[in-house]
Amino acid sequence: MSLVNFTTREITCKIVYYGPGRSGKTTNLQYIFGRVPEARRGRMVSLATHGDRTLFFDFLPLDLGAISGFTTRFQLYTVPGQTYYNSTRKLVLQGADGVVFVADSQAARFDENLESLQNLQENLLEQGVDVREMPVAMQYNKQDLPADLVLSREALDEALNFREVQSFAADALHGSGVFETLKGISERVLRRLAAGSAAE
Amino acid sequence: MTTELPQQFRFEELVVGASNRLAVTAARAVAESPGAVYNPLFIYSRPGLGKTHLLTAAGHAARAIDPRLTADYLTLDEFVEAFHAAIAAGQGDAYRRRFLDVNLLLLDDVQFLAGRREMQAELLRVIDAMQTAGRQLVLASDRSPGEIASLDERLARRLGGGLVVDIAAPEYETRVAILRRRAEQRHLTLAPEVLEAIAEAEIDSVRELIGALNRVAALQAVSDAPVTPDEAREALRLSGVASGARVASSAPLPAAAAPTPAGGGAVDEFTDFLQDVMATVTEQVDSWRGRIAEAMLRWEGEGYRVGRLAALLDRELAEDPAGELAGYERDVARLRVLEAEIELLAPDLAGSAVLRDPDQLAAAEALRLRAEEGAEPPPEPSPHWTMDTFIEGQGNRVAMRAARAVVEEPGTRYNPLVIIGASGNGKTHFLHAIANQLGARGRRVACAGVHAFVDELIAAIEQEGVPRWRARWRRPEVLLLDDVQGLAGKERSQEELFLLFNEFLEQGRQMVFASAVPLAQLEGIEPRLLTRFEGGLVVELPPPDHELCQRAIERLLGAKLEAVDPELSAYLASRPADSMRAALGLVQRVLNAAEARSVPPTAVVARELLEGSAGRQGGRRTAVTRSSGVVSGGTGAVQNREKMIWDWPDLSARLIEEWR
Repeated sequence: MSLVNFTTREITCKIVYYGPGRSGKTTNLQYIFGRVPEARRGRMVSLATHGDRTLFFDFLPLDLGAISGFTTRFQLYTVPGQTYYNSTRKLVLQGADGVVFVADSQAARFDENLESLQNLQENLLEQGVDVREMPVAMQYNKQDLPADLVLSREALDEALNFREVQSFAADALHGSGVFETLKGISERVLRRLAAGSAAE
Repeated sequence: MTTELPQQFRFEELVVGASNRLAVTAARAVAESPGAVYNPLFIYSRPGLGKTHLLTAAGHAARAIDPRLTADYLTLDEFVEAFHAAIAAGQGDAYRRRFLDVNLLLLDDVQFLAGRREMQAELLRVIDAMQTAGRQLVLASDRSPGEIASLDERLARRLGGGLVVDIAAPEYETRVAILRRRAEQRHLTLAPEVLEAIAEAEIDSVRELIGALNRVAALQAVSDAPVTPDEAREALRLSGVASGARVASSAPLPAAAAPTPAGGGAVDEFTDFLQDVMATVTEQVDSWRGRIAEAMLRWEGEGYRVGRLAALLDRELAEDPAGELAGYERDVARLRVLEAEIELLAPDLAGSAVLRDPDQLAAAEALRLRAEEGAEPPPEPSPHWTMDTFIEGQGNRVAMRAARAVVEEPGTRYNPLVIIGASGNGKTHFLHAIANQLGARGRRVACAGVHAFVDELIAAIEQEGVPRWRARWRRPEVLLLDDVQGLAGKERSQEELFLLFNEFLEQGRQMVFASAVPLAQLEGIEPRLLTRFEGGLVVELPPPDHELCQRAIERLLGAKLEAVDPELSAYLASRPADSMRAALGLVQRVLNAAEARSVPPTAVVARELLEGSAGRQGGRRTAVTRSSGVVSGGTGAVQNREKMIWDWPDLSARLIEEWR
């Protein structure tokens, strides 16, 4: 995927929200969709089941306009979290420039988080991408739930964020931490894109 | 511990106004004379007004004045952390002594000393030690020494003992000046009225002021039309930056220009995100601009035209800035090569302006060709000596084969080819014949005797033109040098030939040398040169046998006479001759004698002449001792006096050569 195109003067970033089922990936996109001016957003494509489970994936295109002469676009995707949709996850991951790993902060969902994180690494590796080279941000969602149900950001960092990437506490339903996460991953992706295009 | 000074903070970047003039003046004075004026200098202000900038600017300025000077910048936290580490390692004394090696200590965030009695005592010791040693301290804090809670009285006195100066919030004019400079640095195209509108907001810190500029710049980036002052004010009001500000006009934002919120408080989150993305993208783009500007400064400083780079900066962004920059630098590198070559070939052309303009590379290449055409060509072979007139026989067959290989594939098979043969056996003929064959195939050859090589070098030394001499001898594709035994004792010439040899060999260019003395018997030649000669193919041109002599004599007689007397040629071939030249000299003598007597040249005439004058003939031969030469068609004498005697052009030239 051509990310910084000097000829067409375009910057296109593909960011994938990854994580276990029901961790809040789609909620992140919905919140962003709701906060972006209409002129700057495309139609959000969402294929979901009756139970609001993502069947295929969500797609939200953002057009940020011309920045320093570059037409800048962001494409936000989510993957289906359920284990049996791995082929879809692989498909969506293709050509990703950055990944937001949305973890469910509930202590009871800890194993699913770990399993999904391992699945992310495996799928990236299968595509020849070293997870250490990929911009990744961790989002610990549902921090609004009662404290006795959730693990703290520090505890989740300790358990999941062994690569010490940026991490954010979030309550995607109400928007807390959603844009902070998007800003964090965007900055990392853009810096990497610029560095990559310079090296070419 | 951080000791490196942040690069971006220098005095040049600082906008000086009434609010910070005193602090800047004091910091400059300290940078110019560390330890001599205000010591310590204590700067305090609210956050975001440029304390850190001033600290590091003082460090940079002091280093610029005296590069040997050491200036360390560290925050109080780093100071504390390093102290704890040193104590844990049992190296407290070493930690204190460390600061005695620092000429200028820049300590930031001193307000964090509040309540830390142990660190206060430690800093007191450091200050005392540094002041005693004449070292300078500059400290920064968000409050004056007297306002730092629980500060040791002695330390408070020390901190206030030099000069305590504060930085106030920038007034309106300074805010405008800061905004203009920052907008210019970032190539933002915001109208002056817009910048003034931002400056009108009651923002007390420079950091927040830049944040406000970023916010308006983000708005500009996503707007089709230029942002108006009212739109800027509204954007700042919405984001809370200018809350309670003295906004001159609070006209509502035109609906068309305002981002449409999709929910309550939506503008902030999205605009923040947009601003963040914009800042990152702009930073990446600006880094290219920085590189291009840096390259412009460098190459302009070296005298090259930088119009191409300036055009890159004028554009929004080049299609491939890295590629274009690399292309420019490639062209400059080529210009440098051309300039060096032209300097050697034609110094008067070396000052041409095209050699300083990468956009005129084609013109520079043409100039080089012109210089080459106008330069003195390398010495050429004599056209009279060709391979057609060189008689091949049993004795010289190996040499002939080698010569053919050299002509067919110069530089690849026998390099160098060294021809050994006594004087008069045809080395010079052979060498020039090879050169002519190569020349006929379009090769640029240099063919000369060592004496010419040496004489030209001596003349070049006299005229201080050695580089040009070198260029002349380096230009040909094939070098053929005769009588290399003549290099004996000429150290400078050997040195030059050694360098020339290496260059030719490295570039696969053919060399052919001829020597009248076998390599093993060469004296006065440096071993490094001898071993290089031996590294190629050494072939011998032996004295001619009877058959070769007879064929040569028949050829010469055939060229001179209408009809050749077989008895005459057989007689002449039977005469003793130790070289081809001697044999042909006999023929010439007989022909001359016959002509003088007005009789046809016959075997009888030859017998009368030669058998009665053998002693004189032998005496004559002994005079031709040094090398091969050119046999005169008229007299049979040797024309080239260099072949007869070793005669220096003048005494001074000889002295110069011997001295070298």
